[in-house]
Amino acid sequence: MRLSKRDELCSGCKSCILVCSMENFLKADPTLAALRIKAHFPVPGKYEVVLCDQCGECEKACPTGAIYADGEAYRVKPEECIACMACIEACPKGAIWFNQALGAPVKCVLCGECVRYCPRQAIVDETGEVKWGGEQAC
Amino acid sequence: MLGGYMGKGLRVNLTSCTTSTFDIPEDWARRFLGGRGFAAKILYDELDPSTEPLSPENKLVVATGPLSGLFLPGSGKLTFACKSPATGGYADSNVGGHLGPEIKYAGYDVIIVEGKADTPAVLVIEDDRVSIRDGSRYWGLGALATEKALKDDLGEAFQCAVIGPAGENLVKFACISHDFGRQAGRCGVGAVMGSKNLKAIAVSGTRAIPLAKPKEALEKGKQMYLSCFSKPGFYDWTPYGTAGVTDWVNEVGSFPTKNFHTGYFEHHSQINGQALKERILVTDKGCFGCPIPCGKYSRTRWQGREVMVEGPEYETIAMLGGNCCLESIEDVAYANYVCDELGLDTISAGNVVAFAMECYEKGLLTKEEVNREIRFGDLDSVVFLLSEIAARSGIGALLAEGVKVAAERIGKGSERFAIHVKGLEVSGYEPRYAPAMLLAYMTADIGAHHNRAWAITYDVAVGRDSLEGKAEKVIELQHIRPLFDALGLCRLQWVEIGFELHHYGEIFPLVTGIDYGWEDLIRASERIWNLTRLFNIKHITGFGRKYDSAPARFLEEPMPSGPVEGKLTGAKSAEQLLDRYYQLRGWSPDGVPTKQKLAELDLLEESAAC
Repeated sequence: MRLSKRDELCSGCKSCILVCSMENFLKADPTLAALRIKAHFPVPGKYEVVLCDQCGECEKACPTGAIYADGEAYRVKPEECIACMACIEACPKGAIWFNQALGAPVKCVLCGECVRYCPRQAIVDETGEVKWGGEQAC
Repeated sequence: MLGGYMGKGLRVNLTSCTTSTFDIPEDWARRFLGGRGFAAKILYDELDPSTEPLSPENKLVVATGPLSGLFLPGSGKLTFACKSPATGGYADSNVGGHLGPEIKYAGYDVIIVEGKADTPAVLVIEDDRVSIRDGSRYWGLGALATEKALKDDLGEAFQCAVIGPAGENLVKFACISHDFGRQAGRCGVGAVMGSKNLKAIAVSGTRAIPLAKPKEALEKGKQMYLSCFSKPGFYDWTPYGTAGVTDWVNEVGSFPTKNFHTGYFEHHSQINGQALKERILVTDKGCFGCPIPCGKYSRTRWQGREVMVEGPEYETIAMLGGNCCLESIEDVAYANYVCDELGLDTISAGNVVAFAMECYEKGLLTKEEVNREIRFGDLDSVVFLLSEIAARSGIGALLAEGVKVAAERIGKGSERFAIHVKGLEVSGYEPRYAPAMLLAYMTADIGAHHNRAWAITYDVAVGRDSLEGKAEKVIELQHIRPLFDALGLCRLQWVEIGFELHHYGEIFPLVTGIDYGWEDLIRASERIWNLTRLFNIKHITGFGRKYDSAPARFLEEPMPSGPVEGKLTGAKSAEQLLDRYYQLRGWSPDGVPTKQKLAELDLLEESAAC
């Protein structure tokens, strides 16, 4: 799976954020989501999806090995995180967030639910492996 | 603890500058659900009938619902409620965007704002850190400018509710604004906020909303999204949003035109959804959790000035377009922007401006009184009047009171074309040849507003001459539609793309743990409807049947032009509909809920205070 975004389609509804936190933590808590929507209003009037592209810079920056490659995704082992924030600073996309309650960062693990449930198809899987939910619904 | 609810309310007293929290009783959840149900319960219990709407004794209740902020379609609605400056009765107005969910993430189901701050204030909520801060530097700013300044000062994470100059100046139809273009527009909730010297509420939260059965709620939420994606309306409706209904309302001759003089506007193709999409649209702008965003963020220009505005939505197109006779989508969008910045409800504003124009045309308002010429179709006249109203300067001081009071003061027969019910201006559907819609406006608890029962489609579907089944349909809709405002949801997935109602009955117990199905939710909605009726009886001396009336224009003047020219439902039929409506509701012939009905709805405790 390879996620990419189409900001011009995003309408800022945050369905992606909620399905992300629910799928991965079974909690309705946007702070647990591994993506964000930036709203640029009142001007120029557009949304921006902040999304991890699995570049691996966080893994390189992590001094304890708490971030590791697992297939196509980089994952976090919370118990090994020392909250040094090196991964946060290293991320070129700003797509990894430290969560106080977890005591560790939250990052995308390529579950693909944002692709399935974004009503606007603003997040897509370039490989075509995960499809928009509307395709199966139709 | 129940799921879906945060279990806490926040009480803010601006007079004493104190805040406290309280537990939400489980009984409230079971009997009144949330949102407008909680608001009605709180206002009914806590407000003395002598309370003046714009006094410190009035309370502004901000209420979320048990389903808002969750992973399910349309979960972004929030209710603002108070004693109404427009009617003196119960008021609530809902807003989409992202504020409702954020209030829940901050840990609250309800915020109750009481008293009045000595100087302009801003209420800032970050989880359990609540502060009442000096808001002087924002006072006087437009609503859009205020929200931008607040985000610059506090951070993008904050979701804000703000008022513009109209709210500060206690204009009776001032709105509360959020997310650069969404408003709790109706009833003058912005004037109540202004009367408290409260310029803004800013909220940021980091908590999880508890769920009774998280896994099942997630699966049900997914099923609900997929169901929305499968509807033809998902593809057809979304590109135009609410503006897409403009042509249809014209075709059926119910498009408010020239102060509801008629129901057909010949320039409708210049102000419809297609014109919006092709000429001014910048981006779709959705509320929280919305798969079918009606928000259309646009760019328009007037007299060399380019502005950005969310909209126009259908109601704005109807009331500033048809009703004020503005002939281009660019003009309507600019008038929309002016209302948004000043903090005026576009529905009432379009109604009031058109009323003033008709008064001027008929010589009931003079050039000297208005301080210039005004005429239908002229954006300059519209902008002038909106600005005067927001500032309460010149003729604006009178018009800021709304059409009911303005007509009482102008007299000379202007009451006949002051288009309101109970003091709230009528919204965007001309109902004189649509009996169910007429009854819906007559009986809506907050005054004339379509969101309680958008019954005109039923009139058109089953025949507009017939009264058969109309009262039944209005009651059915008055229970279904406001239920969404109690649950914290948007109703448009159901209304516009045919998303099935049973889904809501199925997800409610998974979220809350309360063993309710759809019928139980409807019963709670009926309970809320009767409670707001009790509020009106308690607060308005002599409240009853005569308040459930319609303007003379709707009852006595056959449609002068358009597809339903010559048609009229008429006063006699309206009275018959009302008789039937009261009978079906279990109310007396004067519109008072019977003891039997109140017992059946478990409202005897409340009615004892009435």
